[in-house]
Amino acid sequence: MGQTFAQKMLAQKAGLREVEPGQIVTVRPDKLLTHDNTAAIAKIFREIGVEKVARPEISVIVLDHVVPAATEGHARNHQQIREFVREQGIASFYDVGEGICHQVLPEKGHALPGYLIVGSDSHTPTHGAFGAFAAGIGRTEAAAVMATGEIWLMVPHTFRMSVKGQLQKGVYAKDIILYIIGELGADGADYRAVEFTGPVLGEMTIASRMVLCNMVAEMGAKIGVAEPDDKTRAWLNGRSDAGFQEVFADPDASYERAIEYDVSGLVPQVAKPHTVDNVVPVTEVLGTRIDQAFIGTCTNGRLEDFRVAAQILGGGKIAPTTRLLILPASREVLLAAVVEGIITELITAGAVVLNPGCGPCLGAHQGVMAPGEVTISTANRNFKGRMGCKEAQVYLASPATVAASALAGEIVDPREFL
Amino acid sequence: MWKSVHTGRVWKYGNDVNTDVIYPGKYTYSDLSPEEMAEHALEDLDPEFASNVQPGDIIVAGTNFGCGSSREQAVTCLKYAGVGVLIAKSFARIYFRNAINQGLPIVQCAAVEGVESGEEVAVDFSTGKVMTPRGDYSFPPLSSFVTGILEDGGLIPHVRRKLGIE
Repeated sequence: MGQTFAQKMLAQKAGLREVEPGQIVTVRPDKLLTHDNTAAIAKIFREIGVEKVARPEISVIVLDHVVPAATEGHARNHQQIREFVREQGIASFYDVGEGICHQVLPEKGHALPGYLIVGSDSHTPTHGAFGAFAAGIGRTEAAAVMATGEIWLMVPHTFRMSVKGQLQKGVYAKDIILYIIGELGADGADYRAVEFTGPVLGEMTIASRMVLCNMVAEMGAKIGVAEPDDKTRAWLNGRSDAGFQEVFADPDASYERAIEYDVSGLVPQVAKPHTVDNVVPVTEVLGTRIDQAFIGTCTNGRLEDFRVAAQILGGGKIAPTTRLLILPASREVLLAAVVEGIITELITAGAVVLNPGCGPCLGAHQGVMAPGEVTISTANRNFKGRMGCKEAQVYLASPATVAASALAGEIVDPREFL
Repeated sequence: MWKSVHTGRVWKYGNDVNTDVIYPGKYTYSDLSPEEMAEHALEDLDPEFASNVQPGDIIVAGTNFGCGSSREQAVTCLKYAGVGVLIAKSFARIYFRNAINQGLPIVQCAAVEGVESGEEVAVDFSTGKVMTPRGDYSFPPLSSFVTGILEDGGLIPHVRRKLGIE
Protein backbone atom coordinates (compact mmCIF):
# COMPACT_ATOMS: atom_id res chain seq x y z
CA MET A 1 0.00 0.00 0.00
CA GLY A 2 1.31 3.45 -0.93
CA GLN A 3 1.96 6.17 1.61
CA THR A 4 0.60 9.70 1.83
CA PHE A 5 2.93 12.71 2.03
CA ALA A 6 2.42 12.87 5.79
CA GLN A 7 3.16 9.16 6.26
CA LYS A 8 6.33 9.35 4.16
CA MET A 9 7.60 12.45 5.90
CA LEU A 10 6.98 11.22 9.43
CA ALA A 11 8.38 7.75 8.71
CA GLN A 12 11.54 9.32 7.28
CA LYS A 13 12.01 11.76 10.16
CA ALA A 14 11.33 9.06 12.75
CA GLY A 15 13.75 6.66 11.07
CA LEU A 16 11.00 4.10 10.36
CA ARG A 17 10.23 2.26 7.14
CA GLU A 18 6.55 3.17 7.23
CA VAL A 19 3.96 4.54 9.64
CA GLU A 20 0.17 4.36 9.93
CA PRO A 21 -2.38 7.10 10.73
CA GLY A 22 -2.94 7.30 14.48
CA GLN A 23 0.58 6.10 15.26
CA ILE A 24 2.60 8.36 17.58
CA VAL A 25 6.19 8.89 16.47
CA THR A 26 9.11 10.81 17.91
CA VAL A 27 10.80 12.91 15.23
CA ARG A 28 13.71 15.30 14.87
CA PRO A 29 12.42 18.45 13.15
CA ASP A 30 14.56 20.31 10.60
CA LYS A 31 13.40 23.72 11.84
CA LEU A 32 11.80 25.11 14.98
CA LEU A 33 9.97 28.39 14.40
CA THR A 34 9.20 30.74 17.30
CA HIS A 35 8.34 34.46 17.40
CA ASP A 36 7.47 37.03 20.08
CA ASN A 37 6.52 34.07 22.26
CA THR A 38 10.20 33.04 22.43
CA ALA A 39 10.62 34.85 25.77
CA ALA A 40 7.85 32.76 27.30
CA ILE A 41 9.30 29.64 25.67
CA ALA A 42 12.79 30.47 26.99
CA LYS A 43 11.31 30.76 30.48
CA ILE A 44 9.82 27.26 30.19
CA PHE A 45 13.11 26.02 28.68
CA ARG A 46 14.95 27.24 31.78
CA GLU A 47 12.37 25.54 34.03
CA ILE A 48 13.29 22.25 32.40
CA GLY A 49 16.78 22.81 33.77
CA VAL A 50 18.86 22.39 30.61
CA GLU A 51 21.70 24.90 30.09
CA LYS A 52 22.07 24.87 26.33
CA VAL A 53 19.61 24.49 23.47
CA ALA A 54 20.12 20.99 22.06
CA ARG A 55 20.14 21.99 18.37
CA PRO A 56 20.51 25.79 18.04
CA GLU A 57 20.99 25.40 14.28
CA ILE A 58 17.33 24.41 13.79
CA SER A 59 15.96 27.39 15.72
CA VAL A 60 14.58 30.30 13.68
CA ILE A 61 13.28 33.26 15.67
CA VAL A 62 11.35 36.13 14.07
CA LEU A 63 10.03 39.14 15.98
CA ASP A 64 6.75 39.93 14.24
CA HIS A 65 3.71 39.89 16.51
CA VAL A 66 3.92 43.27 18.22
CA VAL A 67 6.62 45.18 16.32
CA PRO A 68 7.94 47.75 16.97
CA ALA A 69 7.07 47.24 20.64
CA ALA A 70 3.72 48.85 21.53
CA THR A 71 4.37 49.11 25.28
CA GLU A 72 7.23 48.83 27.72
CA GLY A 73 6.05 45.29 28.45
CA HIS A 74 6.38 44.31 24.80
CA ALA A 75 9.80 46.00 24.66
CA ARG A 76 10.99 43.98 27.66
CA ASN A 77 9.70 40.84 25.98
CA HIS A 78 11.76 41.61 22.85
CA GLN A 79 14.78 42.44 25.01
CA GLN A 80 14.59 39.06 26.75
CA ILE A 81 14.43 37.33 23.36
CA ARG A 82 17.53 39.15 22.09
CA GLU A 83 19.38 38.13 25.26
CA PHE A 84 18.31 34.50 24.82
CA VAL A 85 19.44 34.53 21.17
CA ARG A 86 22.92 35.83 22.18
CA GLU A 87 23.23 33.47 25.14
CA GLN A 88 22.29 30.41 23.07
CA GLY A 89 24.19 31.34 19.91
CA ILE A 90 21.10 31.17 17.70
CA ALA A 91 22.19 32.38 14.26
CA SER A 92 18.80 32.60 12.53
CA PHE A 93 17.31 35.56 14.36
CA TYR A 94 15.28 38.21 12.54
CA ASP A 95 14.60 41.36 14.51
CA VAL A 96 11.84 43.99 14.23
CA GLY A 97 11.04 44.97 10.66
CA GLU A 98 12.10 41.85 8.76
CA GLY A 99 8.54 40.63 8.46
CA ILE A 100 6.08 37.94 9.47
CA CYS A 101 7.65 34.60 10.36
CA HIS A 102 5.64 32.73 7.72
CA GLN A 103 7.06 34.99 5.01
CA VAL A 104 10.56 35.38 6.45
CA LEU A 105 11.26 31.65 6.81
CA PRO A 106 10.79 30.89 3.10
CA GLU A 107 12.52 34.10 2.00
CA LYS A 108 15.59 33.28 4.09
CA GLY A 109 15.73 29.70 2.87
CA HIS A 110 14.46 27.98 6.03
CA ALA A 111 11.34 26.41 4.48
CA LEU A 112 12.40 23.80 1.93
CA PRO A 113 10.74 20.80 0.29
CA GLY A 114 10.95 17.70 2.46
CA TYR A 115 11.65 19.68 5.63
CA LEU A 116 9.81 18.93 8.85
CA ILE A 117 9.04 22.30 10.45
CA VAL A 118 7.32 22.80 13.79
CA GLY A 119 6.39 26.28 14.91
CA SER A 120 4.79 27.82 17.97
CA ASP A 121 2.25 29.53 15.76
CA SER A 122 -0.98 28.11 14.43
CA HIS A 123 -0.33 29.31 10.87
CA THR A 124 2.87 27.29 10.54
CA PRO A 125 1.17 25.08 7.88
CA THR A 126 1.85 27.98 5.46
CA HIS A 127 5.25 26.42 4.73
CA GLY A 128 3.53 23.41 3.19
CA ALA A 129 3.33 25.58 0.07
CA PHE A 130 6.98 24.61 -0.46
CA GLY A 131 6.43 20.88 0.04
CA ALA A 132 7.41 20.94 3.71
CA PHE A 133 5.59 19.14 6.52
CA ALA A 134 4.89 22.16 8.71
CA ALA A 135 2.73 21.98 11.83
CA GLY A 136 1.82 24.37 14.62
CA ILE A 137 2.72 23.44 18.20
CA GLY A 138 2.34 25.00 21.65
CA ARG A 139 4.87 26.90 23.73
CA THR A 140 5.71 24.16 26.19
CA GLU A 141 6.45 21.69 23.43
CA ALA A 142 8.57 24.30 21.64
CA ALA A 143 10.60 24.55 24.85
CA ALA A 144 10.85 20.76 24.95
CA VAL A 145 12.14 20.78 21.33
CA MET A 146 14.79 23.27 22.45
CA ALA A 147 15.75 20.97 25.32
CA THR A 148 15.71 17.65 23.46
CA GLY A 149 15.79 18.40 19.71
CA GLU A 150 12.76 16.14 19.21
CA ILE A 151 8.97 16.09 19.48
CA TRP A 152 6.07 13.62 19.49
CA LEU A 153 3.63 13.79 16.59
CA MET A 154 0.60 11.72 15.71
CA VAL A 155 0.51 10.51 12.11
CA PRO A 156 -2.55 12.20 10.60
CA HIS A 157 -5.15 10.88 8.20
CA THR A 158 -5.09 12.76 4.91
CA PHE A 159 -7.66 14.58 2.79
CA ARG A 160 -6.62 14.95 -0.85
CA MET A 161 -8.16 18.07 -2.41
CA SER A 162 -7.96 18.30 -6.16
CA VAL A 163 -8.71 21.73 -7.62
CA LYS A 164 -9.59 22.01 -11.30
CA GLY A 165 -11.32 24.44 -13.64
CA GLN A 166 -10.68 28.02 -14.69
CA LEU A 167 -10.76 30.78 -12.07
CA GLN A 168 -12.88 33.74 -13.19
CA LYS A 169 -11.47 37.26 -13.20
CA GLY A 170 -11.66 38.70 -9.68
CA VAL A 171 -11.56 35.29 -8.01
CA TYR A 172 -8.41 34.14 -6.20
CA ALA A 173 -6.84 31.48 -3.98
CA LYS A 174 -8.40 33.24 -0.98
CA ASP A 175 -11.87 32.70 -2.42
CA ILE A 176 -11.10 29.01 -3.02
CA ILE A 177 -9.95 28.36 0.53
CA LEU A 178 -12.78 30.39 2.09
CA TYR A 179 -15.23 28.35 0.02
CA ILE A 180 -13.63 25.06 1.13
CA ILE A 181 -13.65 26.09 4.81
CA GLY A 182 -17.28 27.17 4.47
CA GLU A 183 -18.15 23.74 3.06
CA LEU A 184 -16.15 21.63 5.52
CA GLY A 185 -16.57 23.76 8.66
CA ALA A 186 -14.12 25.03 11.26
CA ASP A 187 -13.29 21.48 12.37
CA GLY A 188 -13.86 19.83 8.99
CA ALA A 189 -10.23 18.74 8.73
CA ASP A 190 -9.38 18.47 12.44
CA TYR A 191 -6.03 16.73 12.96
CA ARG A 192 -5.88 15.87 9.23
CA ALA A 193 -3.21 16.52 6.65
CA VAL A 194 -4.50 18.24 3.51
CA GLU A 195 -2.76 17.54 0.20
CA PHE A 196 -3.63 20.13 -2.45
CA THR A 197 -3.29 19.01 -6.03
CA GLY A 198 -4.82 19.46 -9.48
CA PRO A 199 -4.29 21.75 -12.47
CA VAL A 200 -5.28 24.94 -10.63
CA LEU A 201 -2.50 24.34 -8.10
CA GLY A 202 0.00 23.96 -10.93
CA GLU A 203 -1.12 27.25 -12.45
CA MET A 204 -1.02 29.07 -9.12
CA THR A 205 1.83 31.29 -7.94
CA ILE A 206 3.77 30.27 -4.85
CA ALA A 207 2.15 33.19 -3.00
CA SER A 208 -1.32 31.79 -3.79
CA ARG A 209 -0.33 28.29 -2.67
CA MET A 210 0.76 29.90 0.60
CA VAL A 211 -2.76 31.32 0.99
CA LEU A 212 -4.28 27.83 0.74
CA CYS A 213 -1.80 26.19 3.11
CA ASN A 214 -1.97 29.10 5.57
CA MET A 215 -5.70 28.75 6.00
CA VAL A 216 -5.94 24.97 6.47
CA ALA A 217 -5.49 25.87 10.15
CA GLU A 218 -8.98 27.41 10.02
CA MET A 219 -10.55 24.00 9.34
CA GLY A 220 -8.45 22.35 12.04
CA ALA A 221 -5.83 20.71 9.82
CA LYS A 222 -2.40 19.75 11.11
CA ILE A 223 -0.69 20.54 7.82
CA GLY A 224 -1.47 21.60 4.26
CA VAL A 225 0.90 20.80 1.44
CA ALA A 226 1.35 21.58 -2.23
CA GLU A 227 3.61 19.44 -4.42
CA PRO A 228 6.92 21.11 -5.30
CA ASP A 229 7.37 21.88 -9.00
CA ASP A 230 9.47 24.13 -11.25
CA LYS A 231 7.80 27.22 -9.74
CA THR A 232 8.84 26.10 -6.26
CA ARG A 233 12.42 25.46 -7.38
CA ALA A 234 12.61 28.82 -9.17
CA TRP A 235 11.21 30.66 -6.13
CA LEU A 236 13.73 28.99 -3.79
CA ASN A 237 16.66 29.42 -6.16
CA GLY A 238 19.51 31.28 -4.44
CA ARG A 239 17.76 31.43 -1.05
CA SER A 240 19.54 28.53 0.64
CA ASP A 241 22.76 26.57 0.36
CA ALA A 242 21.21 23.59 2.09
CA GLY A 243 20.32 20.66 -0.11
CA PHE A 244 16.82 19.25 0.03
CA GLN A 245 14.94 16.19 -1.08
CA GLU A 246 11.42 16.59 -2.44
CA VAL A 247 8.85 14.20 -1.01
CA PHE A 248 5.69 13.21 -2.90
CA ALA A 249 2.74 11.05 -1.94
CA ASP A 250 2.63 7.65 -3.64
CA PRO A 251 0.09 7.42 -6.47
CA ASP A 252 -1.62 4.52 -4.66
CA ALA A 253 -1.66 6.19 -1.24
CA SER A 254 -4.78 5.67 0.84
CA TYR A 255 -6.84 8.78 1.64
CA GLU A 256 -9.54 9.22 4.23
CA ARG A 257 -11.30 11.53 1.76
CA ALA A 258 -10.58 12.61 -1.80
CA ILE A 259 -12.49 15.75 -2.73
CA GLU A 260 -12.60 17.42 -6.12
CA TYR A 261 -13.40 21.10 -6.55
CA ASP A 262 -14.23 22.69 -9.90
CA VAL A 263 -13.65 26.40 -9.33
CA SER A 264 -14.87 27.60 -12.76
CA GLY A 265 -18.13 28.91 -11.36
CA LEU A 266 -16.71 30.22 -8.09
CA VAL A 267 -17.53 33.85 -7.21
CA PRO A 268 -15.70 36.02 -4.64
CA GLN A 269 -16.32 34.72 -1.11
CA VAL A 270 -16.63 36.49 2.24
CA ALA A 271 -16.42 35.05 5.77
CA LYS A 272 -18.89 36.93 7.98
CA PRO A 273 -18.37 37.55 11.73
CA HIS A 274 -17.50 35.74 13.97
CA THR A 275 -16.26 32.45 12.52
CA VAL A 276 -14.10 31.68 9.51
CA ASP A 277 -16.53 29.02 8.26
CA ASN A 278 -19.41 31.52 8.12
CA VAL A 279 -18.80 31.92 4.40
CA VAL A 280 -21.15 33.40 1.78
CA PRO A 281 -20.76 34.66 -1.79
CA VAL A 282 -19.88 38.37 -1.76
CA THR A 283 -23.23 39.06 -3.42
CA GLU A 284 -25.00 38.24 -0.13
CA VAL A 285 -23.25 40.96 1.85
CA LEU A 286 -23.14 43.77 -0.72
CA GLY A 287 -23.66 47.19 0.84
CA THR A 288 -22.41 46.26 4.31
CA ARG A 289 -20.91 49.50 5.68
CA ILE A 290 -17.21 49.31 6.62
CA ASP A 291 -15.07 51.58 8.79
CA GLN A 292 -11.73 49.96 8.10
CA ALA A 293 -10.19 47.91 5.30
CA PHE A 294 -7.05 45.92 5.96
CA ILE A 295 -4.76 44.33 3.34
CA GLY A 296 -1.82 42.31 4.61
CA THR A 297 -0.91 39.49 7.07
CA CYS A 298 0.65 36.06 6.60
CA THR A 299 -2.37 35.15 4.50
CA ASN A 300 -2.47 37.98 1.93
CA GLY A 301 0.40 40.41 2.44
CA ARG A 302 2.47 39.58 -0.64
CA LEU A 303 3.39 41.42 -3.81
CA GLU A 304 0.58 39.93 -5.92
CA ASP A 305 -1.91 41.05 -3.26
CA PHE A 306 -0.74 44.67 -3.33
CA ARG A 307 -0.55 44.60 -7.12
CA VAL A 308 -4.24 43.81 -7.39
CA ALA A 309 -5.01 46.38 -4.68
CA ALA A 310 -3.10 49.05 -6.63
CA GLN A 311 -4.83 48.01 -9.83
CA ILE A 312 -8.19 48.67 -8.17
CA LEU A 313 -7.23 51.73 -6.09
CA GLY A 314 -4.71 53.37 -8.42
CA GLY A 315 -5.86 56.85 -9.45
CA GLY A 316 -8.82 56.73 -7.08
CA LYS A 317 -9.51 57.71 -3.48
CA ILE A 318 -10.83 55.53 -0.69
CA ALA A 319 -14.22 56.47 0.74
CA PRO A 320 -13.98 59.38 3.23
CA THR A 321 -15.61 57.23 5.93
CA THR A 322 -13.09 54.40 5.56
CA ARG A 323 -9.51 53.84 6.78
CA LEU A 324 -7.30 51.59 4.64
CA LEU A 325 -4.36 49.80 6.29
CA ILE A 326 -1.60 48.19 4.22
CA LEU A 327 0.67 45.67 5.94
CA PRO A 328 3.38 44.03 3.83
CA ALA A 329 4.36 40.54 4.98
CA SER A 330 8.08 41.31 4.86
CA ARG A 331 10.78 43.85 4.16
CA GLU A 332 11.40 42.08 0.84
CA VAL A 333 7.73 42.43 -0.14
CA LEU A 334 7.63 46.09 0.95
CA LEU A 335 10.78 46.93 -1.00
CA ALA A 336 9.50 45.21 -4.13
CA ALA A 337 6.20 47.11 -3.79
CA VAL A 338 8.09 50.38 -3.42
CA VAL A 339 10.22 49.68 -6.49
CA GLU A 340 7.12 48.83 -8.56
CA GLY A 341 5.45 52.09 -7.54
CA ILE A 342 2.62 50.22 -5.84
CA ILE A 343 3.17 51.88 -2.47
CA THR A 344 3.01 55.35 -4.05
CA GLU A 345 -0.31 54.47 -5.66
CA LEU A 346 -1.76 53.07 -2.45
CA ILE A 347 -0.65 56.01 -0.32
CA THR A 348 -2.01 58.45 -2.89
CA ALA A 349 -5.32 56.60 -2.77
CA GLY A 350 -5.46 57.25 0.99
CA ALA A 351 -3.85 54.15 2.51
CA VAL A 352 -1.86 54.04 5.74
CA VAL A 353 1.21 51.84 5.22
CA LEU A 354 2.31 49.91 8.31
CA ASN A 355 5.67 48.26 8.88
CA PRO A 356 6.03 44.54 8.07
CA GLY A 357 4.68 42.42 10.92
CA CYS A 358 1.44 40.91 12.20
CA GLY A 359 0.00 44.35 12.95
CA PRO A 360 -3.73 44.68 13.56
CA CYS A 361 -4.52 41.02 12.81
CA LEU A 362 -4.37 39.87 16.43
CA GLY A 363 -5.71 43.02 18.04
CA ALA A 364 -2.67 43.93 20.11
CA HIS A 365 -1.85 47.26 18.43
CA GLN A 366 -2.13 49.22 15.15
CA GLY A 367 -5.67 49.57 13.93
CA VAL A 368 -7.50 48.24 16.98
CA MET A 369 -11.23 48.71 16.52
CA ALA A 370 -13.92 50.52 18.54
CA PRO A 371 -17.29 49.04 19.56
CA GLY A 372 -19.72 48.87 16.64
CA GLU A 373 -17.02 49.24 14.00
CA VAL A 374 -16.65 46.96 11.00
CA THR A 375 -13.42 45.88 9.30
CA ILE A 376 -13.05 43.95 6.06
CA SER A 377 -9.71 42.18 6.16
CA THR A 378 -7.51 39.84 4.14
CA ALA A 379 -6.43 38.04 7.33
CA ASN A 380 -7.32 34.49 8.30
CA ARG A 381 -9.41 34.99 11.47
CA ASN A 382 -12.52 36.96 12.32
CA PHE A 383 -13.22 35.68 15.83
CA LYS A 384 -15.06 37.88 18.28
CA GLY A 385 -12.49 40.23 19.83
CA ARG A 386 -9.83 39.21 17.32
CA MET A 387 -9.01 42.79 16.36
CA GLY A 388 -9.01 43.99 19.94
CA CYS A 389 -12.72 44.71 20.54
CA LYS A 390 -15.42 42.13 21.11
CA GLU A 391 -18.18 44.53 20.05
CA ALA A 392 -16.55 45.01 16.64
CA GLN A 393 -17.07 42.93 13.49
CA VAL A 394 -14.54 41.45 11.07
CA TYR A 395 -15.29 40.20 7.55
CA LEU A 396 -12.64 38.21 5.65
CA ALA A 397 -12.10 38.39 1.91
CA SER A 398 -9.53 38.54 -0.88
CA PRO A 399 -7.29 41.59 -1.40
CA ALA A 400 -9.37 42.55 -4.46
CA THR A 401 -12.62 42.49 -2.48
CA VAL A 402 -11.05 44.47 0.36
CA ALA A 403 -9.50 47.07 -1.95
CA ALA A 404 -12.73 47.58 -3.88
CA SER A 405 -14.69 47.83 -0.63
CA ALA A 406 -12.27 50.51 0.63
CA LEU A 407 -13.09 52.60 -2.45
CA ALA A 408 -16.83 52.21 -1.94
CA GLY A 409 -16.96 52.44 1.87
CA GLU A 410 -19.07 49.29 1.86
CA ILE A 411 -18.63 45.68 0.80
CA VAL A 412 -18.74 45.44 -2.99
CA ASP A 413 -18.11 42.84 -5.68
CA PRO A 414 -14.51 43.30 -6.90
CA ARG A 415 -15.36 41.99 -10.36
CA GLU A 416 -16.96 45.36 -11.11
CA PHE A 417 -13.67 47.14 -10.38
CA LEU A 418 -11.27 45.08 -12.52
CA MET B 1 -2.86 16.48 39.17
CA TRP B 2 -3.55 13.07 37.71
CA LYS B 3 -6.12 10.89 39.43
CA SER B 4 -8.13 8.07 37.97
CA VAL B 5 -11.60 9.24 39.07
CA HIS B 6 -12.50 12.90 39.06
CA THR B 7 -15.82 14.41 40.16
CA GLY B 8 -16.69 18.04 39.63
CA ARG B 9 -19.26 20.71 38.91
CA VAL B 10 -19.94 21.47 35.24
CA TRP B 11 -19.59 24.61 33.15
CA LYS B 12 -21.31 23.79 29.86
CA TYR B 13 -20.51 25.47 26.53
CA GLY B 14 -21.33 24.97 22.85
CA ASN B 15 -19.36 24.22 19.69
CA ASP B 16 -16.26 25.99 18.31
CA VAL B 17 -15.23 27.72 21.54
CA ASN B 18 -12.13 29.44 20.16
CA THR B 19 -8.90 30.44 21.86
CA ASP B 20 -9.65 34.17 21.46
CA VAL B 21 -12.74 33.93 23.67
CA ILE B 22 -10.94 31.63 26.11
CA TYR B 23 -7.95 33.96 26.40
CA PRO B 24 -8.07 37.21 24.38
CA GLY B 25 -5.13 38.04 22.11
CA LYS B 26 -4.58 41.40 23.76
CA TYR B 27 -3.15 39.63 26.85
CA THR B 28 -1.17 37.03 24.92
CA TYR B 29 2.12 38.89 24.78
CA SER B 30 1.96 40.36 28.28
CA ASP B 31 3.61 38.43 31.07
CA LEU B 32 0.71 37.92 33.49
CA SER B 33 0.84 35.94 36.73
CA PRO B 34 -1.19 32.71 37.01
CA GLU B 35 -3.75 34.53 39.17
CA GLU B 36 -4.12 37.33 36.63
CA MET B 37 -4.42 34.82 33.78
CA ALA B 38 -7.17 33.00 35.67
CA GLU B 39 -9.07 36.29 36.02
CA HIS B 40 -9.28 36.60 32.21
CA ALA B 41 -10.27 32.97 31.57
CA LEU B 42 -13.25 32.76 29.17
CA GLU B 43 -13.61 36.53 29.46
CA ASP B 44 -15.22 37.06 26.05
CA LEU B 45 -17.50 34.00 26.28
CA ASP B 46 -18.76 33.83 29.86
CA PRO B 47 -18.04 36.81 32.14
CA GLU B 48 -19.44 34.80 35.11
CA PHE B 49 -16.85 32.06 34.82
CA ALA B 50 -13.67 33.60 36.25
CA SER B 51 -15.27 34.94 39.43
CA ASN B 52 -17.30 31.79 40.19
CA VAL B 53 -15.16 28.83 39.13
CA GLN B 54 -14.15 26.43 41.94
CA PRO B 55 -11.11 24.14 42.07
CA GLY B 56 -11.94 20.83 40.38
CA ASP B 57 -14.75 22.19 38.21
CA ILE B 58 -15.16 20.54 34.83
CA ILE B 59 -15.74 22.20 31.47
CA VAL B 60 -18.04 20.26 29.17
CA ALA B 61 -18.40 21.46 25.58
CA GLY B 62 -19.40 20.54 22.06
CA THR B 63 -17.19 20.09 19.02
CA ASN B 64 -13.88 21.76 18.11
CA PHE B 65 -13.12 23.18 21.56
CA GLY B 66 -10.02 25.40 21.51
CA CYS B 67 -9.96 26.13 17.79
CA GLY B 68 -7.89 29.03 16.53
CA SER B 69 -4.57 30.25 17.82
CA SER B 70 -1.83 28.00 19.25
CA ARG B 71 -1.68 30.16 22.39
CA GLU B 72 -1.05 27.89 25.33
CA GLN B 73 -2.56 30.38 27.77
CA ALA B 74 -5.95 29.19 26.51
CA VAL B 75 -5.13 25.99 28.38
CA THR B 76 -3.11 27.37 31.28
CA CYS B 77 -5.66 30.08 32.17
CA LEU B 78 -8.24 27.31 32.72
CA LYS B 79 -5.72 25.22 34.65
CA TYR B 80 -4.84 28.22 36.86
CA ALA B 81 -8.56 28.91 37.30
CA GLY B 82 -8.77 25.44 38.85
CA VAL B 83 -10.44 23.46 36.08
CA GLY B 84 -9.81 19.76 36.75
CA VAL B 85 -10.87 18.10 33.50
CA LEU B 86 -11.85 19.28 30.03
CA ILE B 87 -14.55 17.29 28.24
CA ALA B 88 -15.65 18.04 24.68
CA LYS B 89 -17.09 16.18 21.72
CA SER B 90 -13.85 17.08 19.96
CA PHE B 91 -10.86 19.35 20.44
CA ALA B 92 -8.84 21.40 17.99
CA ARG B 93 -5.50 19.73 17.36
CA ILE B 94 -3.03 22.14 18.95
CA TYR B 95 -5.35 22.69 21.91
CA PHE B 96 -5.47 18.93 22.48
CA ARG B 97 -1.66 18.79 22.45
CA ASN B 98 -1.34 21.84 24.71
CA ALA B 99 -3.71 20.36 27.29
CA ILE B 100 -1.77 17.10 27.45
CA ASN B 101 1.54 18.93 27.58
CA GLN B 102 0.22 21.02 30.48
CA GLY B 103 -0.94 17.90 32.29
CA LEU B 104 -4.59 18.95 32.12
CA PRO B 105 -6.68 15.79 31.63
CA ILE B 106 -8.74 15.91 28.47
CA VAL B 107 -11.63 13.68 27.44
CA GLN B 108 -13.35 13.36 24.09
CA CYS B 109 -16.97 12.27 24.33
CA ALA B 110 -20.55 13.51 23.96
CA ALA B 111 -21.18 14.15 27.68
CA VAL B 112 -22.41 17.64 26.74
CA GLU B 113 -25.68 15.93 25.75
CA GLY B 114 -26.29 14.61 29.26
CA VAL B 115 -25.51 17.50 31.54
CA GLU B 116 -26.35 21.12 32.28
CA SER B 117 -24.22 23.84 33.84
CA GLY B 118 -24.06 23.55 37.62
CA GLU B 119 -24.70 19.77 37.71
CA GLU B 120 -22.03 17.24 38.65
CA VAL B 121 -20.30 14.66 36.50
CA ALA B 122 -17.74 11.98 37.35
CA VAL B 123 -14.93 11.00 34.99
CA ASP B 124 -13.41 7.54 35.40
CA PHE B 125 -10.17 7.32 33.44
CA SER B 126 -9.63 3.66 34.29
CA THR B 127 -12.89 2.55 32.66
CA GLY B 128 -13.12 5.37 30.10
CA LYS B 129 -16.52 6.64 31.24
CA VAL B 130 -18.11 9.99 32.03
CA MET B 131 -21.13 9.60 34.30
CA THR B 132 -23.71 12.37 33.89
CA PRO B 133 -27.18 12.84 35.46
CA ARG B 134 -28.70 11.59 32.20
CA GLY B 135 -26.45 8.68 31.33
CA ASP B 136 -22.93 7.42 30.89
CA TYR B 137 -20.69 8.36 27.96
CA SER B 138 -17.68 6.26 26.96
CA PHE B 139 -14.46 7.68 25.66
CA PRO B 140 -11.53 5.94 23.96
CA PRO B 141 -8.53 5.51 26.24
CA LEU B 142 -5.60 7.83 25.59
CA SER B 143 -2.49 6.16 24.18
CA SER B 144 0.05 4.96 26.74
CA PHE B 145 2.49 7.59 25.43
CA VAL B 146 0.04 10.39 26.16
CA THR B 147 -1.02 8.89 29.50
CA GLY B 148 2.68 8.82 30.41
CA ILE B 149 2.91 12.59 29.94
CA LEU B 150 -0.27 13.17 32.00
CA GLU B 151 0.95 10.86 34.78
CA ASP B 152 4.21 12.79 34.97
CA GLY B 153 2.16 15.99 35.37
CA GLY B 154 2.82 17.39 31.90
CA LEU B 155 5.54 17.59 29.28
CA ILE B 156 8.06 19.57 31.37
CA PRO B 157 8.27 17.07 34.24
CA HIS B 158 8.12 14.31 31.62
CA VAL B 159 11.13 15.72 29.76
CA ARG B 160 12.99 16.33 33.04
CA ARG B 161 12.45 12.72 34.02
CA LYS B 162 13.60 11.52 30.58
CA LEU B 163 16.72 13.68 30.71
CA GLY B 164 17.44 12.52 34.25
CA ILE B 165 17.10 15.99 35.80
CA GLU B 166 15.92 15.91 39.41
